[in-house]
Amino acid sequence: MSAARTTPEQTPAVRAPLGLLAELTHRCPLQCPYCSNPLALERARAELPTEVWLDVLEQAAELGVLQLHLSGGEPTLRRDLEAIVAKAAEVGLYSSLITAGVGLTRTRLERLASLGLDHVQVSIQDASPANADRIAHYAGGLARKLEVAGWVRALRLPLTINAPVHRQNIDNLQAIVDLAVGVGAQRLEVAHVQYYGWALANRQALMPTRRQVLDSAQLVEQARERLKGILVIDFVVPDYYARRPKPCMGGWGRGSINITPSGKALPCHAAETIPGLVFDNVRDKRLADIWLQSAAFQRFRGTHWMPEPCRSCELRTVDWGGCRCQALAFAGDAARTDPACAKSSLHEAFTQVAQREAAEPAPQFVYRNPRAGAQL
Amino acid sequence: MSGTQGKRTMIAPASAPVLAPHVKMRHDSVRDRWLILAPERVFTPDAVAVAVLQLCDGSRSVEAIAGALEQTYNAPKDRILSDVLLMLQDLADKGVVTA
Repeated sequence: MSAARTTPEQTPAVRAPLGLLAELTHRCPLQCPYCSNPLALERARAELPTEVWLDVLEQAAELGVLQLHLSGGEPTLRRDLEAIVAKAAEVGLYSSLITAGVGLTRTRLERLASLGLDHVQVSIQDASPANADRIAHYAGGLARKLEVAGWVRALRLPLTINAPVHRQNIDNLQAIVDLAVGVGAQRLEVAHVQYYGWALANRQALMPTRRQVLDSAQLVEQARERLKGILVIDFVVPDYYARRPKPCMGGWGRGSINITPSGKALPCHAAETIPGLVFDNVRDKRLADIWLQSAAFQRFRGTHWMPEPCRSCELRTVDWGGCRCQALAFAGDAARTDPACAKSSLHEAFTQVAQREAAEPAPQFVYRNPRAGAQL
Repeated sequence: MSGTQGKRTMIAPASAPVLAPHVKMRHDSVRDRWLILAPERVFTPDAVAVAVLQLCDGSRSVEAIAGALEQTYNAPKDRILSDVLLMLQDLADKGVVTA
């Protein structure tokens, strides 16, 4: 990318980022077929050393980041997680541990809590143990997760249950809500799978029908009403059946930064799928310089890059053009209109793919692991 | 914290609200404004909400808080009380305050 010298008109009001997603490692004991990590998983030997992460957290706080999401892969596989959590607390970042839970011990969780960890998010794959363990490809996983959830509450830490939903668990959504209430969670994320990377490779095995999507939305609406003040439910809708695109990441380069295990700073999880983008590494550049000036963050920031019908659309600063990775995956060009938008010439074809795949039998999962990634 | 016992926190004039555990209100120097940090949420309270929340110490009642604000805002206490109750109930439902 050569287009990216920062000029005043290109950065009229670049705001400080609110969130930093720190993908501490791509190693993970689970193999969920919708994982948001890239197909090309980064190896342990490429991971950033402790001191770089600690420096990045200091820089992030100076830049105005408020929320730190410690994620992966499975972040508890990093033996320096304690040092990272302690640094987050020291510099005033609100820290969330986003964990599969299965490898965590009570002693370690207690230590993290005492070092200032603010919040724990435990993922579940279903409320049915057999189906959950099949989806994660990990025997006994759900039982371990529920145990960890109990420790989180016993330590009086706030608990979020994160439940990605798709055609192979969506009919259990009521049981998932009940499970979240039962373990004492304050928040539940019901997140329809987003189709990039692993999920795109498994799209037919995961795509729900339009009816299932509508039913899930109704169920969430009713549960929110019934559980007011008990459970906050965040609902991430799938956009294959939508008429307007989602404001992906709240807009490219508007509110958050992802850092991969090896230190690449990305505007979103899937940005590396976009050809031609070059990502700066926190080993080489200051976070503020990357945020304000790097080619990758500038490329789709704001509205200057938009084609028609986006450029003159009254919603251009509401959805910020939707998702660039989806435009790439479906339209073959990251700068085109997101096909989830009804104004896209590809919208009908996009919806038809979902309808067709949801109606077909579900194929076997391609499980998320380095070997499968190398073959895709 | 809201949801701890699986029950909704109801805010009444006699309630003594306090920020929920692990909810943090602080002044942010980068943005020069008050913020409330909570799990996966950043709230931007207005000046009145900040004034109310600074009085929420877990022992002062909502009624006493409204009384304290009466002088500052020069408005009838009943009116202030009903506004503060509404605000705190909304924040309780979002998990920001407990009582």
